[in-house]
Amino acid sequence: MDLIVNILAMTVPFSVALLLASIGEMFNQRSGVFNLGCEGIMAMGAFLGMLIPFSVGQGGHVSQVYNVAGLLAATVCGALLALFFGLIVITFRAPQGIAGIGLQMFGVGTAGTLFRHFVGGTQSIPGIPDTPVPLLSRIPVVGDIFFSHNILVYIAFLLVPVAWYVLFKTSWGLKVRAVGSYPRAADSMGINVNRTRYEALALGGALAGLAGAYLSVCQVKMFSDELIAGRGFIAVALVYFGHWHPVKIMLGALLFSFAQTIQYNVQGLGINLPYEFFVMLPYVVVIVVLAFTSKDQTSSPAALGKPFNREIRT
Amino acid sequence: MGARCVLESVMEKRIKSLRMEDITKRFPGVLASDHISLSVDEGEILALVGENGAGKTTLMNILMGIYQQDEGRIFINGEEVHFKGPDDAFKAGLGMVHQQYMLVPGMTVTENVALGYKQAWKPLKLDLSMVRDRVMQVSQHYGLAVNPDAYVWQLSVGEQQRVELVKTLCLGARFLILDEPTSALTPQETDELIDLLKRMKNELSIIFISHKLNEVKSLSDKIAILRHGKVVFSGSTDDYLPRQIAAMMTGHEITLPENKEQDFNGETALSIKNLCVRSDRGFLALDGFSLDVRQGEIVGLAGVSGNGQRELAEAINGLRNVESGSIDFFGTEITGRSASFIISQGMGYIPEERNVEGIVPSFSIKENFILKDSDRPPFAKHRIISRKAVSDNAEELRKSFDIRCPGVNTPAGSLSGGNIQKVILARELTRSPKFLIAVYPTRGLDMGAIEFIHQELLKKRREGIGILLISEELEELMNLSDRIAVIYKGRIQKVLNHGEANKENLGILMAGLKEEDDNE
Repeated sequence: MDLIVNILAMTVPFSVALLLASIGEMFNQRSGVFNLGCEGIMAMGAFLGMLIPFSVGQGGHVSQVYNVAGLLAATVCGALLALFFGLIVITFRAPQGIAGIGLQMFGVGTAGTLFRHFVGGTQSIPGIPDTPVPLLSRIPVVGDIFFSHNILVYIAFLLVPVAWYVLFKTSWGLKVRAVGSYPRAADSMGINVNRTRYEALALGGALAGLAGAYLSVCQVKMFSDELIAGRGFIAVALVYFGHWHPVKIMLGALLFSFAQTIQYNVQGLGINLPYEFFVMLPYVVVIVVLAFTSKDQTSSPAALGKPFNREIRT
Repeated sequence: MGARCVLESVMEKRIKSLRMEDITKRFPGVLASDHISLSVDEGEILALVGENGAGKTTLMNILMGIYQQDEGRIFINGEEVHFKGPDDAFKAGLGMVHQQYMLVPGMTVTENVALGYKQAWKPLKLDLSMVRDRVMQVSQHYGLAVNPDAYVWQLSVGEQQRVELVKTLCLGARFLILDEPTSALTPQETDELIDLLKRMKNELSIIFISHKLNEVKSLSDKIAILRHGKVVFSGSTDDYLPRQIAAMMTGHEITLPENKEQDFNGETALSIKNLCVRSDRGFLALDGFSLDVRQGEIVGLAGVSGNGQRELAEAINGLRNVESGSIDFFGTEITGRSASFIISQGMGYIPEERNVEGIVPSFSIKENFILKDSDRPPFAKHRIISRKAVSDNAEELRKSFDIRCPGVNTPAGSLSGGNIQKVILARELTRSPKFLIAVYPTRGLDMGAIEFIHQELLKKRREGIGILLISEELEELMNLSDRIAVIYKGRIQKVLNHGEANKENLGILMAGLKEEDDNE
């Protein structure tokens, strides 16, 4: 019983980085831009997020202000990187898949290099502590699973209904969905297709940057080259898994993170299998689940991956 | 309150006159508009006619601010206007219904209207109920029935067009531009639309792009004819006969050929028995369909589109699974065989979606010609393609089918609809097929192209080839067919001989009524 509660209590905070990044990626894809560079943005976010509190405190205790500053810097940096990506794929209409892989390598590489230059080796930081919700966290089982985490966990899960509202109930969300599925129609209605895509990209990048910083500041509390470990790509896959819908994406993030936590816990049980097998498990889950996900394409953004050019007839 | 509100917004934006002067627009290698001048006054309907590629749509896109003209000026009520985008044109009271509907399929009707209805864009909320009210108001005011909560992908083509009209009117258009509004409509829907536009004329001005001359004739006050980007004629519609307009449009007299040949008395080429086929959405689109076509015979299949025509053509050509029943082709059972086997048996196919199914748009014209023969002589030796044979073949077909293109290396997808159809026709007819299935072969094409295609089909018939002609143009069916079969809900309603069929009895059968019901 304890083991199960333990696994579930870890599942929730472990899913947050995926949740933030994939909600962001969902906005990108809903607008018609496919950002494979998510991983790179997360790496930069993770590095910046950790760098600020680390430089101030040199490994010792720092005021929460600097942790928050780290998160904010990561968010802004993510948005800027995404806008730069937008310049390449929206304005210059470069193939999105290739540009995305470029951004991924750029982000991961740059973050690693800067890390070695400014920090050197593995250094942990105190990070943002858990803040259990008064009263609610004392409920047995449920309290441990849902209400005993750091503040960003609550914010991330609140983001799910907010993202849903923005996407389906605001004029901006309407624009994003229109430019992602039929940009020519949106254009004929006087909507600036490219501008809307830039906006969606900036939002997606900001969330990816924050997701990276969450890993380094809230979850692992250190930075390393392998910190992101493919989470950016998993986030992209989760968007497909979740059919571009925030709630389904959240379920996907929880499922993946559940598989991952089981992996950690089972490793400790001393089952006689190579540990690589357990490490592999969550990724296998994603592949299997994706293979069996419904292929219903009615909700998919039809213009995904296609640059828009008003004066070219298609 | 509702109706008055509509009328008030109407009064604000009266467009007494609209004038385009010396509009010129160049695309790479093409002069799409060549010093065009036009004018339309309040309550007038101007028909803008011309062949495919004459520059009608380009001109209207300029008027809507979607393209920027290189030269020329636009005046509304005598004042010059500059539209930087469609938004500016909306504000001036212009609205356009594009030939390819500008509706987002995954959104509701209301959401589609909301895309342009900026009054409902509150900072934190999109006021969809306000948009919905507006849709209902406009739909009632003009008698355009639409369901505001339906998703666009659920609607038929005719319904989508009503949504387009409602959308344009909701955004306050006082001046409508309709780009080939009837090209995808059934005959009944077309009549309804024309009646509607006649009624709306009291409140609006309309520019109506078309190359269907009977519609132009019955609807418009003025006419402007475009050829190769130039206005070659403009005047009052009443003064000219459709035949004269057609001649000015194409530069020569047009007479659509008719099938007046003797019965060929060929043996049965294609025999379909009790065919059942499912549609993409899973219901039985063909439900016990039986039909025989002989050699040297054109059998027209009439029907409102969506009654199983697409599924029939695909099933015969091995592109769709057959649930039950049989298809017999010159004594060979082809039910459930692969498309390549059926092609090798001599089946020719002109598919419905010419841009998607008929060609590979990014391939050059010459490559599209050999799509079905790329692995056999003369185009390939030991499966290696002979470039010379491919080019020679292409040059020859280009000449004999009069395909207008910069060269045979041009991507086929960049051609106009009529020329794409000629590419497909050239490929299918010169492969010496034993049979031909033509699905809506002239849909959306201009008179010149239609004339050419009809002549080619009749030529093949004289050579003894059986043709199954699927169409919803009654005139085309009556001109060409030896027999006309009417399809309704996946079954044959009735088969009429040449001469028996007329617009009335075909229309009744296509609507699902049997003539007996009518005689009660």
